[in-house]
This record gives sequence, structure tokens and C-alpha cells, in this order.
Amino acid sequence: MNKVDLSVSIGTLQLRNPIMLASGTVGYGNEMAEFIDLNTIGAIVTKSLSLKPRKGNPPQRIVETPAGMLNSIGLANVGVEEFIKTKIPFLQKYDVPIVCNVAASNIDEYAECVNLLTDENSIKAFEINVSCPNVKEGGLQFGNDLAAVGKVTAKVRAATKKPIIIKLSPNVSYIADFAKVVKQEGGDAVSAINTLVGTSFNIFTRKPKIFSVTGGLSGPAIKPVALAKVLEIKRNVEIPIIGIGGIMNWQDVVEFMIAGASAVQIGTLNFINPSAAKEILSSLEDFCIKQNLNKLSELTGSFLI
Amino acid sequence: MFTVNAPVKELIELDHKIFLQKIYCPEIASIVQPGQFLNVKVSNSYYPLLRRPFSVCDVEGDYIYLMFNILGEGTKLLAAKKINEPVDILGPLGNGFTSEGDYNTAVIVGGGLGAAPFPFLIKRLTDKKEVMTFIGGRSIHDVITYGMKNLFTSTDDGTTGFKGNVVALLKHKISELKKSKIKIPLKEFSLENDFDCEVSTECAMACGFGICQGCPIESTNHKDKYLLVCKDGPVFNIKDVEL
Repeated sequence: MNKVDLSVSIGTLQLRNPIMLASGTVGYGNEMAEFIDLNTIGAIVTKSLSLKPRKGNPPQRIVETPAGMLNSIGLANVGVEEFIKTKIPFLQKYDVPIVCNVAASNIDEYAECVNLLTDENSIKAFEINVSCPNVKEGGLQFGNDLAAVGKVTAKVRAATKKPIIIKLSPNVSYIADFAKVVKQEGGDAVSAINTLVGTSFNIFTRKPKIFSVTGGLSGPAIKPVALAKVLEIKRNVEIPIIGIGGIMNWQDVVEFMIAGASAVQIGTLNFINPSAAKEILSSLEDFCIKQNLNKLSELTGSFLI
Repeated sequence: MFTVNAPVKELIELDHKIFLQKIYCPEIASIVQPGQFLNVKVSNSYYPLLRRPFSVCDVEGDYIYLMFNILGEGTKLLAAKKINEPVDILGPLGNGFTSEGDYNTAVIVGGGLGAAPFPFLIKRLTDKKEVMTFIGGRSIHDVITYGMKNLFTSTDDGTTGFKGNVVALLKHKISELKKSKIKIPLKEFSLENDFDCEVSTECAMACGFGICQGCPIESTNHKDKYLLVCKDGPVFNIKDVEL
């Protein structure tokens, strides 16, 4: 029994605590289950699912950079059919909300994926990936186009009654404009942010270190950018925000919540310390006790400027 | 697999910046298999950010050994660990070599630090199989001899052993072998001669246990999907992967 109320609401999605595991950093849950009791997590966001299986990009897919990493996985995934058949049964063993991340090559495909998945009871919400920098189709061109984000949101909204979260790209000038469109078209929340576009070269061969030349930058290097994007959305749009970007400890979680996040997603940290979510949760509760907070959600948007 | 903080007990310099680090880690020493690897956090901060994968080079009782040379910041920090300072280890990871099987002689072939998992493998094989080891390197200082048995060496510059690469050395010596089932990590050669063969692979990776999907390797049997070096390997039957 927690001494502090850690629960949060993201639209109609109810979480026992604000710690979610980010898409692409938790697989389909089975590997992580060896390190952490999945029942203690706020929610698991599955690896991006596309209608058909995707092989993903050739190596090299990962490059370490100062305080971050570049990845270009290319949305490798098993596809919706295989996910329902072989991955959902494992996840159903746990009492943890599953947020299904969906990626697609065109607007209709987003809706089709959601339509196929919406009757699965263990899926409590959908996170729509309109912002992956590592695929030729369905990636950044959606995330950079206000009208496209609006259309995707509306189309997916029509395909399910479950909460819809749109994962926004930071590679835009004004992210709050995108959050506004999401709200207008019936989205329940936004995730901010996806990875930043980055690259890295081998100075001897003069070739890019990553196969696809550019990749998505994540890790502590992007935390200040992510915080600023969360703050921008919070100050301009009334919509729940899930903060993502370089969270490495409980202090980072608190910072994101102060900036406006209702919940957060841990990403790159899962690769380095797969038990991190458990450690962060414990420390968050201690922080609330010391700060005389009865409810962790009191932190959300509590910044003083 | 699990994470453990294990104290460094010794740092041994083998030759010209090739190090063996002895770590007290009974949890992993008791279960690890030759060819498996560990993902090591080399610092107490998040610089460098990612863990580094290392083959388990050897096991002695409750101790494990890692072999590395100092190439970058990560290995520099690892080598600088003080005696009894703990290192954060995640493992054991991946699948190891098959040491059982219907064959008499294991032929082990490696170059440079690719030989790192072999001392442990050779130790496991010695009681049951004949072992021949072929190790190559650019020059005499790149040839790993630690833990090797029945060793034949080659160098590109001829400073020790056969002059040429290790594959040429193997071809030179192979006529002396009986035509029994043997294990060699060279795809073309093994297919030509119909030898059963396992190969230890490597690739940049972040997590080491399958969630980052950062370490794909082309599958011979399934062109529509990659295998992962960390989870499906790092040891593969050479027929199953494109090298």
C-alpha cells in the first residue's frame, strides 16, 4: 500500500503511477519481465506496430553519442496479426495497462491497425507514432505536417473509443500547434517528445556511422529540449501531456511533471538499467512524503515563472 | 540474466595493452556458458551512456575474466577500476557455443580480440574433445595466446607463426586433419568442406537482451526478418546467418 497517491489520469486512461515504459525500449514486455515486476509499472507502451511485419533497417542501427544515442531501427516489428497471436497472451498475464503504439505508411493504415486492435481488452489506449525519424514513409512527413497530424488523429478517433495519444515530433518549430490540432480532432493526450534527428560520422572513413545516415537521438542529451517542448504545450493547450526524453532518475520525472507532464515514459534508460522504473517509483514516493504532497499529480504544471 | 555489482580483483596486462580483468562474481560464474557475454556499465555515472558488451573470457571458480584492449573511453575507464571496486554487470546474455555433439576434434579459429571467448570454451572442451586452435593477428603483439591449446598462429607481417591470415593458415593445415566432424568459424570454408561450424558474432548494441533491436544480423533461412546478435546469438550455426 503506497503512502502517497501516485495514480494519474491521462484523459480516460487510469494509471496506478506515472511511470510508463516507452515504445521501442520495452519490446513486448517479456524480456523486461525478467528484471522488473510489470504489475508495478504505470503502463507499458509496446514497440511500434504496423499492419504488416517490418524487417527494419540494416546495421548499424545504434551509435553512442555524448550523453545520448542515435538509433535507426526502422520500426522492426512483428505486425498486428502476430502481435495479437503471440504477444498479447503474455501481456495478459499482468495487471498492467498496455498502450499500443501504432505506426503506419499512410493515414488509412493507422486507422486499420487501430481497428484490428481495439477489441483487445488488455489494450487500454493507443499511442500513434506520427514522428519516427527512421522510416521513409509514415514517419517525419506526418509529424511535420499539421494537416496530416489532424487527419491521422481524426481517422484514428473514428476507429476506436479507447484513449488516443499522439506522439509528437520535436523536429518542428512550434510543437504546441500540433498539440492543438490533436485536441481539435479528438485526441485525448500527446506524448512529447519523440527522438531528435541526429547523425554522426567516422572521421577516418568520412562515412556516416549509422546505416540510414541520420537516426533518432535519445538519452539525457535531449532532456532540456523535451522539457521545453512539454512546457510549451502546457502553456498553450489544455491537453494531458506524457513527458519523454532523457529521463535517467526520479529527479528528472519530477522536473517533467513540474513542466506540465501528467505522466512520463522511460526510454533509453531501460537499456542501461532495466530495473530503473522500480527504483524511480520508490524514490518518487519518498520525495512526496518529504514535500508533504498527498498526491503526486499535484506536481503537474506546478512551475513558477 | 540479472544485474549484479561485482568487485574487480585483479587487472593483468597480457601483452601490449591487452588486459585480463578478474572479477569476483559467483552468481554469473556458476551459470555462464562459453560464448555468452556480459553487458558492463563501465562508470558510475551516465558517461559513457551505454553498457559495453564483453565475452566471458574465462571462469575460475567464483571468478570471471574479461579480456579487452584499451581502445576508447569505456575500456579506459574499465581498466582504471581499483581493486575491490564494483562493476555493474548485466548477464549472462545470449547463447553460447555447443560443446557437446558428435564430433571428435574442435577446431577453433579467431583473430585479434575475437579470441576472447576461447579460453573458457577450450577449458570446457578439453576433457571431451581434441582441440586445435588457430589464432591470427596483424603482428606478434596482436596474437592472443592466453588459455589456448594446441595453438597454431599466423600474422599478417610474419613476425610470428605463419605469414598470412588465419584462414590461409587453416587451409594450409587442414589437410593434416582427419575428416571427422569439426567446428571452425569460417563460413565459406566450412560449407565447401561440409564441416559443422559455429561462429561468434558481434554488433553495436544498447541493451544486450533483445529490447533495443539494435544488433540485427541477416538470417539465411528467413529473409523477411533479422536475427538479433544479442538474443539469438552471439553464437550461431554459420549456416543460419549471412556474414
